[in-house]
Amino acid sequence: MTSSETIVIGGGHNGLVAAAALAKAGRKVLVLEAGSEVGGAARTEEFAPGFRVSSVAHLLNRLHPDVVKALDLDKHGLQFARADFMPSVALSKDGPLVLHGAYGEVLTGTNSSEQSAWKELRAQLLRYAGILKPFLSRRPPDLAGMSLRETASLGQTALALKKLGKEDMRDFLRVLLMNVADLLDEQLADIRLKGLLAFDATLGSNLGPRSPTSLLGLYYRLAGETGGAAGAQIFPQGGMGAVAAAIRAAAEKAGVTIRTSTPVAKIIVEKGRAVGVALHTGEVLRARTIVSAINPATTFLDLVGPREIDTGFVRKVKNIRMKGDAAKLNLALDRPPQFTGVDAAGHKGRLVIAPSPDHVERAFNPSKYGEFSPEPVMEITLPSLADPSLAPSGACVLSAVVQYAPYALKEGWDAGKPKFLKAIMAQLEAYAPGIGKSVVHAELLTPADIETRYRMPGGHWHHGELQADQMLISRPVSGWSGYDTPLEGLFLASAGSHPGGGVSGAPGLNAARRIIAMKG
Amino acid sequence: MARQIGLCHAKFRAFGNRSRKNEERVAREDWAKMKAWDAIIIGGGHNGLVNACYLQRAGLDVLVIEKNDWVGGAATSRELTPGFLYSNCSYVCSLFRPEIMRDLELPRFGLQVISYEGGAVFTRDGDYLANYRDHDAHRREFARFSKRDAEAYDRYARDVTRQCRFIQPLLMRTAPDPTSLRPRDLGELLYLGKKFAGLSAPEMALTLRFWTMSISEFLDEYFETDVIKANFALSGIIGTALGPMSPGTAYVLLHHYMGEVDGSVGAWGYARGGMGAVTKALAASFKASGGTIRTGAEVDHVLVGRGKAKGVVLAGGEEIFGKLVVSNADVKRTFLKLVEEKELPDVFLRRVRNFKIRGSSGKVNIALDSLPEFPALPKDSPVYRGDMHFTDSMERMERAYDDWKAGRWSADPFLDMVIPTTLDPTMAPPGKHFMSCFVQYAPPRIAGAEWTDADRDGFAESVISQIAEYSPGFRDRIVHMEVRTPREIEAEVGLTEGNIFQGELTFDQLLFNRPVPGYAQYRSPVGGLYMCGSSTHPGGGVMGAPGRNAAAEILRDLAKSTSHMSAAHDVI
Amino acid sequence: MAQAIRKKPLSKTVNAAVSARIVAQDHFRTLRLGTPFQPRIDALAKTQDWYNWAGYRAPNSLWNEELEYFAIRSQAAVFDISPMTKYRIEGPDAEAFLDRVTLRDVAKLRPGRVHYTAWCDDEGFVLDDGTLFRLSPTRFRLCSQERHLPWLLDSAIGFDVSVAEETEAVAGLALQGPTSFAVLRDAGFAGVEKLKIFDLADLPHDGGTVGISRTGFTGDLGYELFVPADRALSLWDRLMTAGQLRGIRAIGYTALNRARLEAGLIVANADFTTAEHAIRADRLRLPDEIGLGFMIDLQKGHFNGRRAILEARAKRKLRHVLVGLEIDGNIPAEHAIVYHKKSQEVGLVSAAMWSPMAKRNIAIASLARPYGDTMVEDLWVEIYAMRELQHQKLMKRAKVVARPFIKLDRRTANPPADF
Repeated sequence: MTSSETIVIGGGHNGLVAAAALAKAGRKVLVLEAGSEVGGAARTEEFAPGFRVSSVAHLLNRLHPDVVKALDLDKHGLQFARADFMPSVALSKDGPLVLHGAYGEVLTGTNSSEQSAWKELRAQLLRYAGILKPFLSRRPPDLAGMSLRETASLGQTALALKKLGKEDMRDFLRVLLMNVADLLDEQLADIRLKGLLAFDATLGSNLGPRSPTSLLGLYYRLAGETGGAAGAQIFPQGGMGAVAAAIRAAAEKAGVTIRTSTPVAKIIVEKGRAVGVALHTGEVLRARTIVSAINPATTFLDLVGPREIDTGFVRKVKNIRMKGDAAKLNLALDRPPQFTGVDAAGHKGRLVIAPSPDHVERAFNPSKYGEFSPEPVMEITLPSLADPSLAPSGACVLSAVVQYAPYALKEGWDAGKPKFLKAIMAQLEAYAPGIGKSVVHAELLTPADIETRYRMPGGHWHHGELQADQMLISRPVSGWSGYDTPLEGLFLASAGSHPGGGVSGAPGLNAARRIIAMKG
Repeated sequence: MARQIGLCHAKFRAFGNRSRKNEERVAREDWAKMKAWDAIIIGGGHNGLVNACYLQRAGLDVLVIEKNDWVGGAATSRELTPGFLYSNCSYVCSLFRPEIMRDLELPRFGLQVISYEGGAVFTRDGDYLANYRDHDAHRREFARFSKRDAEAYDRYARDVTRQCRFIQPLLMRTAPDPTSLRPRDLGELLYLGKKFAGLSAPEMALTLRFWTMSISEFLDEYFETDVIKANFALSGIIGTALGPMSPGTAYVLLHHYMGEVDGSVGAWGYARGGMGAVTKALAASFKASGGTIRTGAEVDHVLVGRGKAKGVVLAGGEEIFGKLVVSNADVKRTFLKLVEEKELPDVFLRRVRNFKIRGSSGKVNIALDSLPEFPALPKDSPVYRGDMHFTDSMERMERAYDDWKAGRWSADPFLDMVIPTTLDPTMAPPGKHFMSCFVQYAPPRIAGAEWTDADRDGFAESVISQIAEYSPGFRDRIVHMEVRTPREIEAEVGLTEGNIFQGELTFDQLLFNRPVPGYAQYRSPVGGLYMCGSSTHPGGGVMGAPGRNAAAEILRDLAKSTSHMSAAHDVI
Repeated sequence: MAQAIRKKPLSKTVNAAVSARIVAQDHFRTLRLGTPFQPRIDALAKTQDWYNWAGYRAPNSLWNEELEYFAIRSQAAVFDISPMTKYRIEGPDAEAFLDRVTLRDVAKLRPGRVHYTAWCDDEGFVLDDGTLFRLSPTRFRLCSQERHLPWLLDSAIGFDVSVAEETEAVAGLALQGPTSFAVLRDAGFAGVEKLKIFDLADLPHDGGTVGISRTGFTGDLGYELFVPADRALSLWDRLMTAGQLRGIRAIGYTALNRARLEAGLIVANADFTTAEHAIRADRLRLPDEIGLGFMIDLQKGHFNGRRAILEARAKRKLRHVLVGLEIDGNIPAEHAIVYHKKSQEVGLVSAAMWSPMAKRNIAIASLARPYGDTMVEDLWVEIYAMRELQHQKLMKRAKVVARPFIKLDRRTANPPADF
């Protein structure tokens, strides 16, 4: 039996961020990662001989600036230039429409009235997302009794609201929980642009553009920033694994010890306090503080076990909705595909097939009943165009996130997967004729596959559906949203905690700050 | 007695001297030359009448102008085939505030409410799930499907009741303007805050989730049986353009649970004589206190001079002057049709245009020559005297909604069906019955085009065939049928896009956002022009609260006493 | 525009589960069920004075509540407890499961023993109290006032245990009073003399067995008998025949309620509001606030509410206390308000009576701490005694006293007294 001051379970990006931040505060930290390498869902892996791709997350659009700063990530190889900002291309039979720069600073492919409408809407969305942004780097308020600091920070939000001016504040309050489709209909005309925004608002969730509160998804995206620009997205050289590597380097520099291929079997609890972990090998590691940077349901139902926690809490944990609705497609192509009407710069961007909000809604409908749409919507990147090292010379990697792919497919994914792949390929073929013939290898990861491969229950990349009723004080469960848990000495730090998923590092950093403040 | 409803104008002469005098005066004088009324109410729906009653009782001289030849708006009873009285729009009396009934003496003017004795969802396996009024029978009924769910009901009821207790006092208050620094708004915000702070931490957490959850997700946390969930979910979708899986529908459930029949929260009931009995009693109360109703008069527009409402102009060109004008019409109709654009600020107009008022439901009203039989249901079941449904799964309910989103009526619709004549023989000849089917979903337009008669018939067929599946020989019992799609509802009642709540009940259109931000306190940008319909807080249903709350604001502006208005009942 | 009608034909295949469900439909015709003993009780119900106990028709009294009470204290009284909610809990993890659910240490409850216990939600608020019967190392019966199946099932996640509701299947009788032992012995239940207080044994009856425990809700010598519903009547007849000369009498709830108050026992949803039924958040109670703190075993492993209970104790968040009161005079102080110094309202009486056994005017009251806890002087109750349509208002001094209000040696005496 050995003893360490702090054990972090899970070497995903949040676990590494938490570990690094704790180590920088002078703690002795040991990270235990079940897989053979760290990075979790943000890795770069070979999926066909000579072809490498980002595992689940394939774009960086919300790595929190506090994380970059606290961990000196720029010194560990993460630097972003404006020139790296990827455009978003809305593919359509009527020709593409392109958002350039940081989430459409410039819009091309549509008429001038739409451009000015977009300019106005974009500014409004960024303004409103800006109100919510400070919440990302804070603990959610504690309903049972707020500290002075918490009250003060809420006061700041109220002040920021007031600063909007009366009419803007009114609109903010009106649209906050609105559905994205209605808002887009109010302000825009071009269905390609609306389709793209509707897709972005609902990506990664079990909502359609017409579902109330779906606008929050767009705010969440726009509250993220890259290189100081809200909504900007980049493709890191070397894939997402490079991001994890940079965080790992920062952590190790701060003195963190990392053990890979070390799955934790159990969190040991004595008299209401987490005192250590037991590994699959039977080895026991004791620690003053345990930080679980893996899924909250796995943490409590599997590692802690229901016996050590209360029934109401078990209920809450079981009620966290975390059935993934997105699949990941990796294609090894013998040559780069040609998307109709898209220029070279566009091919290096994010290509979105979501021709209209109605189309997205129609794709969403079947997923409610455990079926997939014959016309799925998706975002596509061709990472090897920006980083040729990812594919053999002349060949190309296509990485796509495809919605909607219900975790619990009625017919089962064994039977459904080939059919779904066929539906996806038909969509791709429609926008990039000939692509089918260039496929050397196709790998489709359904939520069921993502669950198994990346230990994400339900294959949900947010470790819990990111909807209004599972945000802020309700994330991961109400009453325990502030990174602490009913067990003393046990803290949460995964995307399952506030503010949620995406490669942001914010849950990890917030958790570390909480632990330091609690002297936990 | 009931047949006279269309002639209410004449019938109401019986009440009150003052009223008779007014009518004589009206008959004698030329309307255009008349001195200004203290208040003109556009539209004689239930909220218009409630508003008129309160203003008249405060000493104002009030005129209600109604387009149709009868008052009642969407709360009417009409004899559409001889001997049968149709509650042809609204069909359930539960939300109507008891404080208003009391203030306006509606029982004295003939209003009787009869509670449902039960209800049921028919299942596809030949069984049904009933709701009984007796707590233990209710539990045993659920236990037929799941012992666990039977015992889960109490916790569910507790949590919903807690939420209702939080919301209910807000119904009879004007929503605060969160952007305002006026002491009154701050006071109301403080009241809201205090009420919220008065909750325990777990309750607060539940409240916050409750407002944004879907009814389907909410029910998943309590129940395991699909039909039991479907049974409760219907209250989360009735009247909305949302499906049970849409976030925000848990709140709608509260909206429907806040009804009270004789103090029992959540109980639904019939008005004896049909829903027209509610507005009939309101009209009688109004007349008795000296008010005047003019039916068959359509308002063309509101007269505005120097930013102030001065009266109305009827379709025939006749001008009627009033010191203030109150519109019972929905916010879109009022400001996009009755008021000239130039009188309104751009930001207001933009918000009115953005107001969501998509119709989602229709009605099929059926006269029957005998009581339909439902072989699944024992003949002595109290369910016959309650509401019946055929949608036994969440998926069927949600799929019905998918049709609406696509601009179609639901192929497998959700019905809320009642046979009020099982408890109220005044609505049909002896032995015969009136059946009201509320049908969801029906879009305001079919795939972007106007409803056609063929569409309407197809819509009706979807309903009849569903009922006939469970009730053999049903078609043969039909004597007469009235089919109302959003098209008919808009044409007759004047509800824009046929939306029965005068605006969708989503968070962006509730409280201080209803109908539009900045004008959620019954006033409008035009001086002296007020709103009192269901477009305003707290929204739709035959509740009367918007009409009452608007009257309170008007009287406040006139510096008149509101001592004749009961405060909201305590929730202790 | 023509639209297809989506039609799934009504299912015509009849499966057994559906048929069973349909057969059960007719329950709506009988709102108040009878218990397995109902034929006998109906025959004795001379006053026809019923109340609704969890959906069953239960007697308030059968012929005379005064005499029924004295049957408990001087003879043998039979009270039908069949409507009580009963759960069968069985499996290798049954002990661990119950240890986690309830407050007391179930490991200390040996097979063949019974204990009074309570269970709490996450916030430490009491969901119910009840009795736990350990029928074997791996089999238990939990009896309670309210229904808890979802809570028990959700608590069972992660345990190898089954939980089933068996209220209707198992009939229960309480046989209480000084001659109760003699009645059982005379009825031929050999071995019953060996039962010490809270012991439990299965004894032969009518080709099967009856579970007899030396337990009760009266503070007197007494037993509780649990039998499969189909052998309920034969058990009743066996007892009544044997008890004829021992003054055996069937009784209703009013008499039992008096006896339980003398014994200082509390009733869920009468003396405190159970957590799943409390609509108002301030009505919730921690075990320490209703006199059940003694059950809390901090030495055992985790149990529901442990964290909250510890925190409430540590942070002094206990706001109420449940006390026994002795009140001057002889007028029952039912639902009287309790005052400090005759002026400050500090609590409410939930049950009160003139005790014929103790010859004291007793009550159970819930007080706001520190009253009843550290401040016990100068307490008063304001009694509104309705006499011929007038409230006689009395302000009477109240003294905090220990419960039970009566302590009868015969309750625990071994061997049990043979009257």
